[in-house]
Amino acid sequence: MAFDILEPGLATTVQDEGRIGYYRFGLPQGGSMDQYSASLANRLVGNTVAEAVLECTYIGPKIVTTTDAVIAVTGAPVDVFVNGEIVPEYERIALVTGDELKFGVIKGGTKYFIAVHGGIDVPEVLGSRSTYPIGAIGGVEGRALKAGDLVPVGVGRDNGLPELRAIALEDRPVFSKDVTVRVMLGLYDQNLSAKGLETLLNSEWVLTPVADRMGLRYSGPGVEWKEREQPFGAGQDPSNIVDAGYAVGSIQIPGGTQPIILHRDAVSGGGYAMVATVISADMDLVARCAPGTKTHFVAVTMEQALEARHENTARAARIWS
Amino acid sequence: MSHQIISPLPGIFYRKPGPGKDPYVNEGDTVSAGQTIGLVEIMKQFSEVRAEFDGVLESFEIEDFGVVNPGDVIAVTS
Repeated sequence: MAFDILEPGLATTVQDEGRIGYYRFGLPQGGSMDQYSASLANRLVGNTVAEAVLECTYIGPKIVTTTDAVIAVTGAPVDVFVNGEIVPEYERIALVTGDELKFGVIKGGTKYFIAVHGGIDVPEVLGSRSTYPIGAIGGVEGRALKAGDLVPVGVGRDNGLPELRAIALEDRPVFSKDVTVRVMLGLYDQNLSAKGLETLLNSEWVLTPVADRMGLRYSGPGVEWKEREQPFGAGQDPSNIVDAGYAVGSIQIPGGTQPIILHRDAVSGGGYAMVATVISADMDLVARCAPGTKTHFVAVTMEQALEARHENTARAARIWS
Repeated sequence: MSHQIISPLPGIFYRKPGPGKDPYVNEGDTVSAGQTIGLVEIMKQFSEVRAEFDGVLESFEIEDFGVVNPGDVIAVTS
């Protein structure tokens, strides 16, 4: 029961909901960058939301299945081929032993997800199957897939497959090159000048190609900081602070030039001022952005952030009902 | 018969294997199938871009250090 990896793709990793509870020790939560898309794939193949999937970045793998398997591909738009024939995304697909799965050129976004009935069955490490390549843990030997890997497929639950065979169009995520990302200011927005804060929230920031599971870097006009005497223990640049913990989704602006959004594999602390934090409901949206995406940051309140989270939870409850 | 060499990746396109090195190939040169004509850098990884067919590299459509998106034509061979 395995997927035989003929070609690994650019950076295909095993991911799940993440490794929660170790961030305070410096271990990031990890997990599928676009949790919503990954959950839709699991939904279609009769898994729970917790089963591990394959996260494909730009270039997907070429796989031959050594077992009959029920799969679904969700996330970024891409042509999916089984034995050279095109098959739909966001629908359940039945593979038989020996079938070959491969992908065309990605048409938007950054990542797509392959779920299989029974889940990707690599060993759990600290409660998660997610691959954290820098820490060399989780997934297949703690790394991205290589040609020749045999990726184990788990045994599905007894209650089989859901009635739902395809995700409705209105429930599929959108992959736009022009997005508005909701943030909460802080923890260090007070280090920006009034003009600097205005620039952060009213400028167009363009996602650069320097974007991965750790962080995404944006180009734009840069921001101005308040003049201050740097405290003992902070670096000399006004973007520096005395080291502090980084919230997931923090935006830091080293040197005041290019904002970086810290994502699921980011470090847990450091010495750059976090001027704002992407709300949890918009982290998937950030993960879907391809280089060149025009991005605006809009500040919301805690109440608005929680309302957005509740909307996502309600949507998930409907899809999983 | 002209063929397009397409980038499967977004990123930065390089015509040379490293600083101070010669370009992989120049316009007008003969290329063979599988030959590397440049690199695309994304996520700190450099992926080789290869010709799919034997022929002559007629033109580069992306300049050295240019930004590419998936599906962009990098070069044309004939």
